[in-house]
Amino acid sequence: MTNFERFLDTFFNGKVMLKYLPDILSGMVVTIELAVLIVLSGLAAGLSLALIRSLAIRPINWLIIFVVDLFRSLPPLVIIVLMYFGLPYAEVSPSGFVSTWLSLALVLMAFSEEIFWAGITSVHKGQWEAARSTGLSFGQTLMNVVLPQALRITIPPLTNRTIAITKGTALGTVVAVTEILGEASSAVSNSYNPSPLMLGAAAYLVLFLPVVVLARRLETKFAWKR
Amino acid sequence: MAPDTQAIVDARAIHKHFGALHVLKGVDLKVAERELVFVIGPSGSGKSTLLRCLNRLEEPSSGSILVDGIDMLDARTDINHARQRIGMVFQSFNLYPHMTALGNVTLALRKVAGKSRAEADRLGQAALERVGLADRAGHTPGQLSGGQQQRVAIARSIALEPRVMLFDEPTSALDPELVGSVLEVMRSLRESGMTMIVVSHEMGFARNAADRVVFMDDGLIVEQGPPAAIFESPTHERTRAFIGQIQRH
Ligand SMILES: Nc1ncnc2c1ncn2[C@@H]1O[C@H](COP(=O)(O)OP(=O)(O)OP(=O)(O)O)[C@@H](O)[C@H]1O
Ligand SMILES: [Mg+2]
Repeated sequence: MTNFERFLDTFFNGKVMLKYLPDILSGMVVTIELAVLIVLSGLAAGLSLALIRSLAIRPINWLIIFVVDLFRSLPPLVIIVLMYFGLPYAEVSPSGFVSTWLSLALVLMAFSEEIFWAGITSVHKGQWEAARSTGLSFGQTLMNVVLPQALRITIPPLTNRTIAITKGTALGTVVAVTEILGEASSAVSNSYNPSPLMLGAAAYLVLFLPVVVLARRLETKFAWKR
Repeated sequence: MAPDTQAIVDARAIHKHFGALHVLKGVDLKVAERELVFVIGPSGSGKSTLLRCLNRLEEPSSGSILVDGIDMLDARTDINHARQRIGMVFQSFNLYPHMTALGNVTLALRKVAGKSRAEADRLGQAALERVGLADRAGHTPGQLSGGQQQRVAIARSIALEPRVMLFDEPTSALDPELVGSVLEVMRSLRESGMTMIVVSHEMGFARNAADRVVFMDDGLIVEQGPPAAIFESPTHERTRAFIGQIQRH
């Protein structure tokens, strides 16, 4: 065998790959479920916090800023581990799936709140004044005038952040979530062959490449001239 | 003010502080129906602040303001409802960049005046017609010249059929060749009987369109009267100095 053949046999072993393909596919389903839950709940919570923050109620804003800074500083792995191994002491025992979901959703909430908030504050004060002077309420101005402009600016940083945090689903392996990486690494130890890992990498590409391409489309679509 | 005309704006003893800065020091301003009042004065004298107090974009520190009989400073007044009666046009247009001209004009018609979309579109189109931009309804602000944008901003206000219009340096951000079209629209508004308070440096417009010129300095109205009197024979030294200065330019 040449070196190259040995390389192929080790990393792209067809027999091993075929055997563990169903496991990787079921891992993909778990990753997709996690990712969708994280994106929906994380962005919804982040946007809600940014909207609440715009009401400018001092004590509430201090609390928001504290929570946001906390979850932006902690490594996601630490949050997952604390939730999974720590919460049972408080008589709550979230599964590995739930721990991973909530942890990453909190991280996405924190980062997206900052991005949404930066978008809201970047809208010129004159936009508020023009809208309020025609009788629009604070809420109507926020929803109809300010937010649509803020969202356009937030799309590029938001998609980047969302993709980065969603890839963190792989951290679920440490709390026994059978997502792609979890399935791949147990397959590696069972087969004494790293090919399933390559399969796992392919699965991530299949999942995330379309998302990255779609994000790029969105960015060009919404990059509009004033 | 002629006795047979009713005051649309009646502001009394308006004071405004920004922290330690005393910006309005007891301003009284009464504006009659169909009157065009022109406000002039040096930079920082409080002209914009006064206008912004009238529709409560700025909260006066004390004083009283009646607009069309509504107490603007009463906590029980529905300020959003009251603001429909007071149009405001800004130096920087402040059009909504993500909406078409018609979208800009119809937003408050739908959300505040409660018109259906069809009715709002009809009224909005009519307002654009009045400012000569009926054919630009589908354009976004980015596709319009500065003069056209300001006319859309005027349409956005007049569509709500306000009782008084406030203009804060409506032509100051425009290239000189675009000023005329905006003044033209303001003149036709005036001819239609709109009550107007205008802060501007367009002295030519003041001379032939204003009923009264108000000179402000350092947070107070120093002197007021018909344009000819203020421009030709001001009685106060500060007015004379200011008029002399702008006429030299
Ligand atoms: N939001 C604010 N906070 C603090 N100070 C303010 C604020 N708005 C206005 N001022 C101050 O109040 C004073 C009057 O401002 P204003 O804008 O009313 O003057 P103006 O007569 O309109 O001047 P200009 O001709 O330059 O527009 C200025 O000294 C200004 O710096
Ligand atoms: Mg000003």
